[in-house]
Amino acid sequence: MKLSPELEKFRAEFKEFACSEIAPTAKEIDESRQFPAENVKKLAGRGFLGIMIPKEYEGLGLSSMHYLLVMEELSAVCGSTALTYAAHNSLCLNPIFNFGNKTQIEKYVPPMARGEKLGAFGLTEPEAGSDAGGTKTNFSENGSAYVLNGSKCFITNGSVGSVLIVTAKRFNSSRPKEISSFIVESSWPGFSVGKKEDKLGLRGSDTALIHFEDLKVPKENLLGQEGEGFRQFLKILDSGRIGIGAMSIGLAQAAFEVALKFAKERKQFGHSISEFQAIQWKLADMATKIEAARNLVYHAAYLKDSGKPYTREAAMAKLFASEIGRQVIYQAMQILGGYGYMSAYPLERMYRDQKLCEIGEGTSEILRIVIARQLLRNFSI
Amino acid sequence: MNFELTEDQKTVQEAAREFAQKRVTPLAREMDEKEEVPQEILQELAELGYFGIRVPEKYGGLDLDMLSYTLMLEELAKVSAGLMIVVSAHNTLFCEGLVQFGSEQLKQKYLPRMAKGELIGAYCLTEPGSGTDAGGMATTALLRGEEYIFNGTKSFVTNGGIADIFLVFALTKPELKSKGISGFVVEAKSPGLSLGAAEKKLGIKCSDTREISFSDTPVPKENLIGEENHGFKMALTILNHGRIGVGAQALGIAEAALEESIRYSLQRKQFGQPIANFQAIQFKLADMAMRIEAARWLVYQAAHLQASGKPFTKESSMAKLFASEMCNYVANEAVQIHGGYGYMKEYPVERYFRDARITEIYEGTSEAQRIVISRELLRD
Repeated sequence: MKLSPELEKFRAEFKEFACSEIAPTAKEIDESRQFPAENVKKLAGRGFLGIMIPKEYEGLGLSSMHYLLVMEELSAVCGSTALTYAAHNSLCLNPIFNFGNKTQIEKYVPPMARGEKLGAFGLTEPEAGSDAGGTKTNFSENGSAYVLNGSKCFITNGSVGSVLIVTAKRFNSSRPKEISSFIVESSWPGFSVGKKEDKLGLRGSDTALIHFEDLKVPKENLLGQEGEGFRQFLKILDSGRIGIGAMSIGLAQAAFEVALKFAKERKQFGHSISEFQAIQWKLADMATKIEAARNLVYHAAYLKDSGKPYTREAAMAKLFASEIGRQVIYQAMQILGGYGYMSAYPLERMYRDQKLCEIGEGTSEILRIVIARQLLRNFSI
Repeated sequence: MNFELTEDQKTVQEAAREFAQKRVTPLAREMDEKEEVPQEILQELAELGYFGIRVPEKYGGLDLDMLSYTLMLEELAKVSAGLMIVVSAHNTLFCEGLVQFGSEQLKQKYLPRMAKGELIGAYCLTEPGSGTDAGGMATTALLRGEEYIFNGTKSFVTNGGIADIFLVFALTKPELKSKGISGFVVEAKSPGLSLGAAEKKLGIKCSDTREISFSDTPVPKENLIGEENHGFKMALTILNHGRIGVGAQALGIAEAALEESIRYSLQRKQFGQPIANFQAIQFKLADMAMRIEAARWLVYQAAHLQASGKPFTKESSMAKLFASEMCNYVANEAVQIHGGYGYMKEYPVERYFRDARITEIYEGTSEAQRIVISRELLRD
């Protein structure tokens, strides 16, 4: 698939911005585990925090394809910033815009699109990971409010986000599988942040445990209808997965470029190592895998932008892109040898950052379940 | 064909396991975070004789066979791959070399204190410009009177910052290239020897890795190991031994990752049952265990061949290559089985995933192993 000239231009311009404005602090952000607040500000300054939101709500009004290109180029230079960005847009802001009513949209979307408020998504719980339907966070009604109790873990932007979508089940419900989602503000009484996680990679990205203790949510903050939460979060994840696929491609592409440059410059046995067949084949395999993954990811985004079903394609795109992403960075490290293992080169950081792509927003194991279900469902004897 | 360990080997294995589990396990995460091995652990390793495990008894070592030593390294690697390489760099890359190739005078001078852990050793072969092409080194050691004068830089030296003594390879006849390389014992306090900053690494963080530079560093003539200009073959022979150790390291990391995965999959409940009940997880565990088992016998076989005085170059390369690839496969699956928890530092699989990665890189990358193996195949 070839990008339109408009998209190519958009990518080139964004890449230039990412390389000059975001890249320089990436190593330091990783080492100091510092939340990339400055980068978020820079992205907000150019309107990117509301990339897919229509202009009337102060967004840029761009497509999923634009969003993916931003994710690729951001990930190529700073994974921590990319994940922060993805959680805000794809897990919180877009869902509020897509599932919210006019009042909710008018209240929350413009400040989030401007980047004044950062978003997060509270889905995963200590006991509900791949089994997201096993959520234990509950709500009950008290006059004009819902009262939320429970905990959510591994929440990206959990301690820095001010607006969160939170999933919960009705306390003692006769329909125990029914999940609902709410728009929650972190400033409300009863909201607290637990420990911040120390992670393998994406160390600047904020990952926190959050608690709700008799947290009062005004009734008008129910997102959609009661009981729609399960269907909503599946849709949110479908869309989020394309973004994680793009993240993996961005990281893989960046690692490939480091390895390609190194292979041409590095001399061993009197030759550039790029002259050796074993290295050439590695490079060929790496480029082929990236190309295949990119097409899968772009195809899923194309289906989404065309309003067609894309659950299976998004799952395939993330599964494939995240697995080949790891393989590509792995081989890039092999090409660099000892240098690949040292923090003086960016590969070891990319390797750590990328691993999240096989875990977050549905592990590879869950994606295989999603894909298999889609296949089996559509097959009739 | 006998796959049984001897009673003596089992004793070594159990003793190493007990020390590793009791003393090192509680410290392993902290050692990784602080990027150092506590002095008391080094002291206890010394008391156990682990700094002279293959050194002959007459120099104060334990004089154990290669397989016993390999079992001990495996047990250390299971709890801390970083600590394991500190021990194996000293034992294999330095002591083994000196025992096999050094003069009686050098052995008497250094081995007793090394075996006691009073002197820690390191091995200097790789340079910024010569990695896989180790013969392409640029460091020179030119004879001037009774001394060799060293100039050049060695990189990625394991134990670089804690070593008292280095086994250094340098060009004594630069015009002969790899045929003009010799090996030397060089003391850390030698004039003109300087240490670079400690490298920040993906994993094995408690081991110290750094650059060592020589600027007109004088080394006494008698510190030459073996014959002049015969050093390259010696360097490669030492690495053949080292590869068995890296194989054992990969094996240890993988075993630990599998154990954690089994424990986690039995405890972790999703969809109303332990995830170990799901076939996808069961098959992962089966594949992990099978590959570990295959790697184990390759590694033990290479150690056994060495102990039997038979050629083991091809086998040690195969053991290292297979075990290191296996280890990364297993560590990756272990993280997957742990899901989000696997990405967090509270669970040790996060460390195994980082540590595993080095086994495919040092003491010969996987690419270098494939060169060694295919050469052996084509030559025969």
